[in-house]
Amino acid sequence: MSDKFRKSKSDKSSSAAKTGAKPASGPAAGKRRSSEGPAMPFEHKILEIEDKIQELKELADSTSFDVSGEIVSLEEQLREVISKTYNDLTPWERVNVARHPKRPVTSDYIQMLDDFVELHGDRTFGDDPAMVTGMATMGDRRFVLIGHRKGRTVKERLECNFGCAHPEGYRKAWRKMKLAEKLGLPIVCLINTPGAYPGIGAEERGQAMAIAENIIGMFSLKVPIVVLVIGEGGSGGALGIGVGDRVLMMEHAYYSVISPEGCAAILWKNGERSPEAAEALKLTSEDLTALGVVDEIIPEPLGGAHRAPAEAIATVKETLLRHLEELDGIPADELIRARRLKFRNIASIEGRFPVVSG
Amino acid sequence: MSKEPDPKEVAEQTEDPSERKPGRLSRLRFSKKKDMPGGLWLKCENCSSLIYRKELEAAGRVCPSCSFHFTLPGRQRVQSLLDPGSWEEVFADITGLDRLSFTDKIPYSEKLAKTAERLGQNEALICGRGSIEGRSVILAVLDFSFMGGSMGEVVGEKLALASDLARVEGRPLVIFTSSGGARMHEGALSLMQMAKTCSALQSLSDAGGMSICVMTHPTTGGVTASFASVCDLVLAEPGALIGFAGPRVIAATLKQELPPGFQRAEFLIKKGMLDGLVSRSELRPMLGRLLDYAKGSHVGGDVEDDLAADEVPNRLSGGRTDSRTPSERGKVRLDVPSAESSN
Ligand SMILES: [Zn+2]
Repeated sequence: MSDKFRKSKSDKSSSAAKTGAKPASGPAAGKRRSSEGPAMPFEHKILEIEDKIQELKELADSTSFDVSGEIVSLEEQLREVISKTYNDLTPWERVNVARHPKRPVTSDYIQMLDDFVELHGDRTFGDDPAMVTGMATMGDRRFVLIGHRKGRTVKERLECNFGCAHPEGYRKAWRKMKLAEKLGLPIVCLINTPGAYPGIGAEERGQAMAIAENIIGMFSLKVPIVVLVIGEGGSGGALGIGVGDRVLMMEHAYYSVISPEGCAAILWKNGERSPEAAEALKLTSEDLTALGVVDEIIPEPLGGAHRAPAEAIATVKETLLRHLEELDGIPADELIRARRLKFRNIASIEGRFPVVSG
Repeated sequence: MSKEPDPKEVAEQTEDPSERKPGRLSRLRFSKKKDMPGGLWLKCENCSSLIYRKELEAAGRVCPSCSFHFTLPGRQRVQSLLDPGSWEEVFADITGLDRLSFTDKIPYSEKLAKTAERLGQNEALICGRGSIEGRSVILAVLDFSFMGGSMGEVVGEKLALASDLARVEGRPLVIFTSSGGARMHEGALSLMQMAKTCSALQSLSDAGGMSICVMTHPTTGGVTASFASVCDLVLAEPGALIGFAGPRVIAATLKQELPPGFQRAEFLIKKGMLDGLVSRSELRPMLGRLLDYAKGSHVGGDVEDDLAADEVPNRLSGGRTDSRTPSERGKVRLDVPSAESSN
């Protein structure tokens, strides 16, 4: 268990620890830790059972004992525990799920495509690896894919700045979106970023201006735009590719004006209060649907997308195709008008101001 | 000291004046403790010289030693900018709803009410009609003294409405910003105001309306990354801190000292991010000259109907008439520091 997770122990995990759910140990658990990254405290019980099943399976393979009965009963227990745990996640635990190293990232969703041609560069400054763009075909639909790239391995993650894009990333995205418009192709944006990169070069090259230009520009694009938050929806860095006719969100993704850590640091000067901040920010898919920020939640497999990536990706594919189908053929002026009104109506303060009319 | 904002209220990624300790980051000189005992004197944030408070106020809150432009409270900005008697405030009664029931030290709704009472205004954005050197405008001023000029649903809504008003009435929109960014007490709803304001500005732009933003000290976060940066003209007051991430966040991320002058208006103009620098004393004449370049007298139409307008209406053909000759008007030349002076 890393320090990060030890510090952020939630009420539930500490009570679980008290009731005897000790962190899984032994050789199998050790193997899991190194191959799958840090565990989330609330998953201790789940991992413990998964490890037991794994051990029994290995035992069955290497000896002639019949343990199939035990395995079946453990698997049933596992489903129950996962279901119970995941039905009852706190917002902070969900933030951890959204950041899980095994969670599908943009490159995994690219695997679901029937064709993908990556297009590089903003033709002005550089090619930001934290933003991936290209021509995509999925089923009977062609579109332009824009997505934050977090990377999978440590090396990739470092190269991509953990999904924090620079201005050239946003300008690359804009360039490809304009191309989509010209070719009459819809646009699909996959959001997965802790936030836009805070650095000297990023500021020098106009991080704020690049994001702002994308936001305003997307209100004039004459082709359908479907936005999906697949993991982390971090602030302006997310919104920089986040204006669309549909805004969808994975069940365990989060979308927020500031990270829970940043919020806790500013409000209480105490990063350990991140769970409280996560609660207060109303950043879960259900909360954001209730607030009118998100149009539809894409349900995840039992126990989160990291537990069954293929299943999660299949649901995403189906949902994206449905929305592309629905938006197909809507005249551009109607599309743009509706898109502008959609964002005008989020948190509009009805009846509390003089109505402006001609 | 009621004019100075409570630093703790400043939202996302904002400098916190009370937190700044001199040391490795002191070269930023952004926000050392401002007050000297007694309150008669204060220290310049930029050059650290001692200034007699009355002298600073008399100079329009511009440092007599280094010309650093101190943040101007919203009402003072309105008063100093507009022609006397031309101001007519609109949307003043819109107040926030605290949809998240957010609580930090005290409930957000309580904080809003207290701030409103202290400042005598409901929110951080002040909007209205007025004129600048005879040119009628819609003016929107972000007031840093109201929760650090942060943008929540009311600020977003009012800015969008001001943009609508500019479009419908055919007046240029003039915006002044000083803000820590999006207001985190309103969560993703405040983030969405970045989109809402841009939506309204694009409709204004499609209708041929003109927008001018003057960024003042400090303008950061979600305000810089939305409506402030997409106006037709983006100007700044000298010395203003302008950026996406706050300097403290960047220094903490990079674990290194930031270069001198980083994120200042003079730095941004050299990087090509601004149309011009305008000192406070030159603002009225400069805005007056620029406003003469706005298209026609009426760009309007019904708000709803025009939201998707992407053609300039024919009504725009008429233009403002100015009896002065071009030479009398003079060439518009914005004040850009030379390479030597800004190093
Ligand atoms: Zn000074």
